[in-house]
Amino acid sequence: MFNFAQGLGQGFGKRLGAVALGLSLTVGMTAGSVAPAFAETQLLNVSYDPTRELYKDFNAAFAKYWKAQSGEDVTIRQSHGGSGAQARSVIDGLEADVVTLALESDINAIEKSGRIKEGWRTRLPNNSSPYTSTIVFLVRKGNPKGIHNWGDLVKDGVQVITPNPKTSGGARWNYLAAWAWANEEYKGDLEKVKAYVADLYRHAPVLDTGARGSTVTFAQRQIGDVLLAWENEAYLAGEEFGKDAFEIVVPPISILAEPPVAVVDATVDARGTRKVAEAYLQYLYSDEGQNIAAKHFYRPSKRDVVKPELLKALPDIKLVTIDDPIFGGWRKAQPEHFGDGGVFDQIYKPGK
Amino acid sequence: MTNIAAAAPARWRLKQPSIIPGFGLTLGFSLAYLSLIILIPVAGLFWRSAELGWAGFFAILGDERTLRALYVSFGTALAAALVNVVFGTLVAWMLSRYSFPGRKLIDAMVDLPFALPTAVAGIALTTLYAPQGWIGSLFMPFRIAFTPLGIVIALVFIGLPFVVRTVQPVMEEIDREIEEAAATLGANRFQTIRRVLLPGLMPAILTGFALAFARGVGEYGSVIFIAGNIPYVSEIAPLLIVIRLEEFNYAGATAIATIMLIISFLMLLVINLIQAWSRRRYGNA
Amino acid sequence: MPDQLRSSSATSPAFRDPASEGLLAKVLLILLGLAFLGFFLVLPLVSVFVEAFRNGFGDYYEALIEPDAAAAIRLTLLVAAIAVPLNLVFGLAASWAIAKFEFKGKSFLITLIDLPFSISPVISGLVYVLLFGANSALGPFLKSYGVEILFAVPGIVLATVFVTFPFVARELIPLMQDQGTGDEEAALSLGASGWQTFWYVTLPNIKWGLLYGVLLCNARAMGEFGAVSVVSGRIRGLTNTMPLHVEILYNEYNMVAAFAVASLLAFLALVTLALKTFLELRFGAGATGGRH
Repeated sequence: MFNFAQGLGQGFGKRLGAVALGLSLTVGMTAGSVAPAFAETQLLNVSYDPTRELYKDFNAAFAKYWKAQSGEDVTIRQSHGGSGAQARSVIDGLEADVVTLALESDINAIEKSGRIKEGWRTRLPNNSSPYTSTIVFLVRKGNPKGIHNWGDLVKDGVQVITPNPKTSGGARWNYLAAWAWANEEYKGDLEKVKAYVADLYRHAPVLDTGARGSTVTFAQRQIGDVLLAWENEAYLAGEEFGKDAFEIVVPPISILAEPPVAVVDATVDARGTRKVAEAYLQYLYSDEGQNIAAKHFYRPSKRDVVKPELLKALPDIKLVTIDDPIFGGWRKAQPEHFGDGGVFDQIYKPGK
Repeated sequence: MTNIAAAAPARWRLKQPSIIPGFGLTLGFSLAYLSLIILIPVAGLFWRSAELGWAGFFAILGDERTLRALYVSFGTALAAALVNVVFGTLVAWMLSRYSFPGRKLIDAMVDLPFALPTAVAGIALTTLYAPQGWIGSLFMPFRIAFTPLGIVIALVFIGLPFVVRTVQPVMEEIDREIEEAAATLGANRFQTIRRVLLPGLMPAILTGFALAFARGVGEYGSVIFIAGNIPYVSEIAPLLIVIRLEEFNYAGATAIATIMLIISFLMLLVINLIQAWSRRRYGNA
Repeated sequence: MPDQLRSSSATSPAFRDPASEGLLAKVLLILLGLAFLGFFLVLPLVSVFVEAFRNGFGDYYEALIEPDAAAAIRLTLLVAAIAVPLNLVFGLAASWAIAKFEFKGKSFLITLIDLPFSISPVISGLVYVLLFGANSALGPFLKSYGVEILFAVPGIVLATVFVTFPFVARELIPLMQDQGTGDEEAALSLGASGWQTFWYVTLPNIKWGLLYGVLLCNARAMGEFGAVSVVSGRIRGLTNTMPLHVEILYNEYNMVAAFAVASLLAFLALVTLALKTFLELRFGAGATGGRH
């Protein structure tokens, strides 16, 4: 540097060096102190938004079980966010030991990056979905608009609250559930099905970016007549915003939402946590894990081990799966319906 | 850094001669820091969007949905910046010229939009301007939240401090004698403000406008709560970026970001050039 | 201060200061300004505090001492404590180079400094993900030496530095340009060294503007959400900053706690600004950048 020879240059330069050194030391030290101490085993579970309450309970139960089983202490850290954003963080290097996301396609994306090995979906029972859920309607007390089935959503004057399928995993299940009903109603007439789904989204005055944003819009801001929601979210909203204000309407047909779980192979092999991470996911299928899931209004994959009073809130209805020929699995449905220029994008094309 | 200084041959000068020291050091440090923090990461962004190639890039640029989102983003940011220019200047005037109860408190509060997390701002504004909210219910059946107007509201909130805080210091620096001289020479108050004060304030107002506008174009956190996010109507360009990311389409996301960046950069550059020109023309302040 | 004396004398009907507005115009302007601020500034703030104290002070306090909230507060303060000094040093250097010298490409440089304002916060975070992510060239290289950038404190600091980058420089550049170079040239010709000139001549001239820039930078550093959310990984109790914690609480339908943490951020900003007002009154020098 050219002007360094001058007085200011020298003095300032020296001080600057000292400042820079001091700063980098501070950064180093604090980074050290904030980073976890690995005296005990730590697991990081990267999950989507609506599972907070579930995993708060389950993590405590698992820690107790693991202590009894192996004598080791295990702490589970949680990270919650939109399912797609969480998957991206893992792809970009967030060191999750396990992922418990909303959509198979999000874990497929991680698989594509190589951090999860192929065939993860068959490694655990039930398509690696220890609990499932479905999409139901939350309506205002007394159901003033008389909403009982998917066809009622597009009646004149009905406003539907649902998040944006482009940004929310739950919203994609909403969309698919509506599609499944329409497919049956219109006997597979693709044009009519599309017209119905398009009509449905024309009844949506707001598209929040996440499922919980929609719940707030509906329950707190009092917008809309019906909220399309995860079954567990509908119950939770009732508890949080007053049981007397809302009613849950279970439509006769809906979608079987399978939020999958997987061990992130790249992380557990690097950190040596494979054993405990696998036990963690397997424990979701245990009697205790299944009961905790049911308590939080997820549908357990083994109904027979769950206390009957917990099952009462989860009535039997016809559930269409994503692997049904009308969708052909996530690998086909994701680009076809929600990809750039897919069916959902066409709904909003002007002049349609 | 050295080559900047070394690359100054006798005829072509990088800088005018000056006895003040520290040019090489301060400029060198600024450029190094700027490069590390801003330029290299942003170059990575450009590089990533270059994966698309020109054809892919223009396909995104020509897509009606992208154009519409850009229109919404730039349009609402422009409207909000204009509102802020008028009212922000008024507030700055009020704070620097008048004394009234609570002036200090209001002066302090002007900076809050910087401090409040944008998501909180969005939630608070939506609560107020939603059809059931304190303010929103006053305007029913005319809807504010969940329309483009809601976006403007959020951006006015986000951009206000930029205008007030760039105009206010300059206003406080203005010599009262100039106004008195104008008045002595027979100008009425309106003429004094318009002909004497405003030209001096113009560069600061312009800067405030540019910053408020630039900030508004990219704002995401507060807008998504109040916008409604309906494609072609109230979908902003940053939301479109997030949507592309959700599709794991990094190239598409960075392409939209690049387009926004280039437009914003050009607009800021034009405004800064106008400013530099007016500074040369009218001298210092 | 003299303006205020003058305006009070203007209330006498016989004399109207020609260099000021009539009383009616003044009142109208103030009312208009206050109405605008009421709708856009005061009410949103009031609603935050109303929500925060909905269940009384006890719940408010509980929300702040809860371990995850406390960790978030600590992290936010730490990040601001690193990011703000960095941008302070840059702001001083850049404004010195830009205001005290005439050189080619100056407007271009100023525009580059403005640039982070115009970049969407999501993108501000994303640029570092592209640079240091597991799929970049740099990320795995640094990782092999045990350096973690993303989803750890350094990444959060970087994103915050990026977002708050222009504040100090932007505050100082117009101020120093207005002040010109006369004072410094005089000091130098009287034999002061460059460093002495900066310390004893320039710094006193710009101290209020500098303080102000630092305050704004600090406020924004603590409040940034979008950029940080991309690089933080959102690990509870570990990499969540206050704004991220607010979002988490909000998404748990825990409105009181969410607004409590948010109101703390607003409160911190008000305290720093009160401090600035106090310093100004205590040490005089009028408003931002009074000339000597």
